[in-house]
Amino acid sequence: MLAIEIQGLSKDYAVGFWKKRLRPALRPLNLSVKSGETFGFLGPNGAGKTTTLKLLMGIIFPTAGSATILGKDFHDPEVKRRIGFLPEQPYFYDYLSAPELLDYYARLSGMPPTGRSQRVTQLLERVGLGDVGSKHLRKFSKGMLQRVGIAQAIIHDPEVLFFDEPMSGLDPLGRHEIRELLQSLKDDGKTVFFSTHILSDAEALCDRVAVIHKGELRGIGVVNDLRAGIAEKAEVIWEGAHALSGVAGSLAESHVTGETVRGVVRSQDIDLLLEKLRQQRARLISVTPLQGTLEEYFLSKTADQEAKA
Amino acid sequence: MTSRLAAIALNTFREAVRDRVLYNLILFVLLLVASAPLFSQISIGMERMILVNVALSSISLFGVIIAIFIGIGLVSKEIEKKTLYTILSRPVRRWEFIVGKYLGLMVTLVVNALLMTAGFYLALLITAHGLKKTDALLLVAVYFTILQFLMVTAITLLFSSFSTPIFSAIFAFALFVIGTFAEDLRTFATMSHGATKWVVSAVAYIVPNFASLNVIAQVGYGQPVGGRMIVLNTLYALFYSAAVAAAAVMVFERRNLK
Amino acid sequence: MTGNRTVTVVAACLFLALFAGSVFSLREVDAARGQDATMEEILYLPSGKTVKHLSLGYSSLLADIYWTRAVQYFGGRLGQPSMRYDLLYPLLDITTDLDPHLLEAYQSGSVFLSQPQPEGAGQPDKAVALLEKGIRENPSYWRLYFTLGFVHYIDRRDFKSAQEAFEKGSNVPGALPFMKVMAARMAERSDDISTAMYLWKAVYEVTADPTVKETAMKHLASLQATLDMAELARRVQFYREKAGALPTSWTDLVRTGLLRGVPLDPNGAAYKLMPDGTIQVEDPRKFPFLSPGRR
Repeated sequence: MLAIEIQGLSKDYAVGFWKKRLRPALRPLNLSVKSGETFGFLGPNGAGKTTTLKLLMGIIFPTAGSATILGKDFHDPEVKRRIGFLPEQPYFYDYLSAPELLDYYARLSGMPPTGRSQRVTQLLERVGLGDVGSKHLRKFSKGMLQRVGIAQAIIHDPEVLFFDEPMSGLDPLGRHEIRELLQSLKDDGKTVFFSTHILSDAEALCDRVAVIHKGELRGIGVVNDLRAGIAEKAEVIWEGAHALSGVAGSLAESHVTGETVRGVVRSQDIDLLLEKLRQQRARLISVTPLQGTLEEYFLSKTADQEAKA
Repeated sequence: MTSRLAAIALNTFREAVRDRVLYNLILFVLLLVASAPLFSQISIGMERMILVNVALSSISLFGVIIAIFIGIGLVSKEIEKKTLYTILSRPVRRWEFIVGKYLGLMVTLVVNALLMTAGFYLALLITAHGLKKTDALLLVAVYFTILQFLMVTAITLLFSSFSTPIFSAIFAFALFVIGTFAEDLRTFATMSHGATKWVVSAVAYIVPNFASLNVIAQVGYGQPVGGRMIVLNTLYALFYSAAVAAAAVMVFERRNLK
Repeated sequence: MTGNRTVTVVAACLFLALFAGSVFSLREVDAARGQDATMEEILYLPSGKTVKHLSLGYSSLLADIYWTRAVQYFGGRLGQPSMRYDLLYPLLDITTDLDPHLLEAYQSGSVFLSQPQPEGAGQPDKAVALLEKGIRENPSYWRLYFTLGFVHYIDRRDFKSAQEAFEKGSNVPGALPFMKVMAARMAERSDDISTAMYLWKAVYEVTADPTVKETAMKHLASLQATLDMAELARRVQFYREKAGALPTSWTDLVRTGLLRGVPLDPNGAAYKLMPDGTIQVEDPRKFPFLSPGRR
């Protein structure tokens, strides 16, 4: 069951004062996340990660495309009961205390009054803020605010979580604690979708990652495969979606964006695949052995490749 | 839906109550009201009149300033500080957010006005050594002032939904001043012809009209305000505010936030 | 896809309906208030000095607004039975408190005040008070003295005060020579038509206000007509003495060389010769100031 399915979601901004040019912040994105998966959304700063999350949350509206979350349209307000969101460097009402804030958010998410205050107390313990009492958020440190942020994202026990740079600006101790939190959420069976530019975090937590650069999806891979260090698999990119049906059997994974197809194939099957593609008159674009660390994969994907589709 | 609206409204009220700047403003007004008896020393035999005029005018003017001041933060501040992001990721509809904020602000302003009126009556009690029957009339002036708040706040909300705090404040205050003289605009419209007449008339109805809500001088003289006037003015203020709030909902619904 | 379409549509419909409601209610409010409401507020204002203090430095702007209201209200309703003459002086008083140098308010305002109803408020004493205030605040503006003299002579029949006003005004640097002439005539208590015509001609030349110019023209026309009719009556008497009977029409007088043609009034219509020998104007309505003893 797919927790998140994104189809052709794109966002262009009109820039310029007199003559409006279009600046693409996000090119059409196709992506899906399975239920219970921890999915990392990697990319350098300005790549479009936050734009994607803002689109999914309904903070900005897409130029084209659609998405579903837990099978429902992503703008459906009711589905928001089952999701949680932590924005990048969040700021909360500084005149409230942590329990007041969480209670407010819990109300807005539709939690009934019974048991609400217990849950708030429990949650504050869980994120390591058990002793803040009625201190106003104005006095919280960055790390404490980040924890509040996670607390508000999970207070209503959602199934799918969206985090935007959850570790940003934290000291090593803070990052370690947040990582542990994320791990425990994963153990609870939640679907976690988070964006980051810190590869070691992604390596430690994610099942799969996607690499985005300059608004464009550059690659998706299973972390285990990428970590193996042995070129067991290769990523093949070609133009010619019609050919997909003929070769689907030999692919471990495939991904379509318009006419472009990305497939993952076992190294020994590369030649066979290339032959089939030639027969089908598909235009081969690249063959990349999946080897080395996640970092190498990331770097290879974000190197400027204007010739590619 | 109602629980979300109530939650947002109450939180907005809570925010206003904990805002230190607001306290200072209210304190200032109370001081002004308290010093009104001093003004009256200037004009012998008119103490009461002067006190009423100064106090009620202060409540009106500064109440509007407070309304604009908090009002501009309603949406602008939330967008700038990104506190809105975690609200919209919840099952809160955009329109619920706007309407909830507006209701919360109105509650704040009414409480504000009542506080200042209480202070004013106290000053009246002290200066005039007792209250007259006609002092009940003064409540009508306060009520009409609250109706003005209703309208100004809605306007501030509208600007706040698409403009920065500074511009929202400037436009809202400008409309407040124009609203005081809107009647002259309509008189001018009836005397002009053709295209000018239509344009000026349209403008005269779009801006708020405060002329009939400024009864301070009248009640200062002990002149009563008719029941029909109270009802009609209430209707006007309610219709106008609701219309502007609907416009704010429309704008906010379609807006790409930062 | 931009937001929830249903919400946008519902909000748009609500907006239109509610706005229409606000327009409707506002018109009802206006109707209930009555036309004079804004004007009547003048009566509730504390003294002009207090208003000036309260206007926080914007007093001349406020003065302009009040003056504009006065012109619109009184200009539009001149002659109608619903005119609130009692509001004019308080309005002018407050306006000139707010801006003591708003000369137009003194000039046109005092003329309005002093003219008898229905052309004006019929309160010449208040006009005098207003003008004296204007002179106090603007001592170098000689035209105020002129208007003061005018009011004393025309509407109050007070030659002494009129003479004083013209005299004082003639001494102000820049005053036109006719001020001295008028002072002299007042001293002689000349209450004749030529004095009045001289005065109204001066008014016509001095003022920039078209309404006042029109009033001056009407006065001059009436005075001219009075002169004409007196002269025509003399010639008719002359004819009667010579011919032994009253003339039946103007042609009789032309035949005998007493007139060169049919006599026309300042508006271009022929004077009417009545059977009893008196003269009348063709259209009395065009000569509102024409009546025995009126100037």
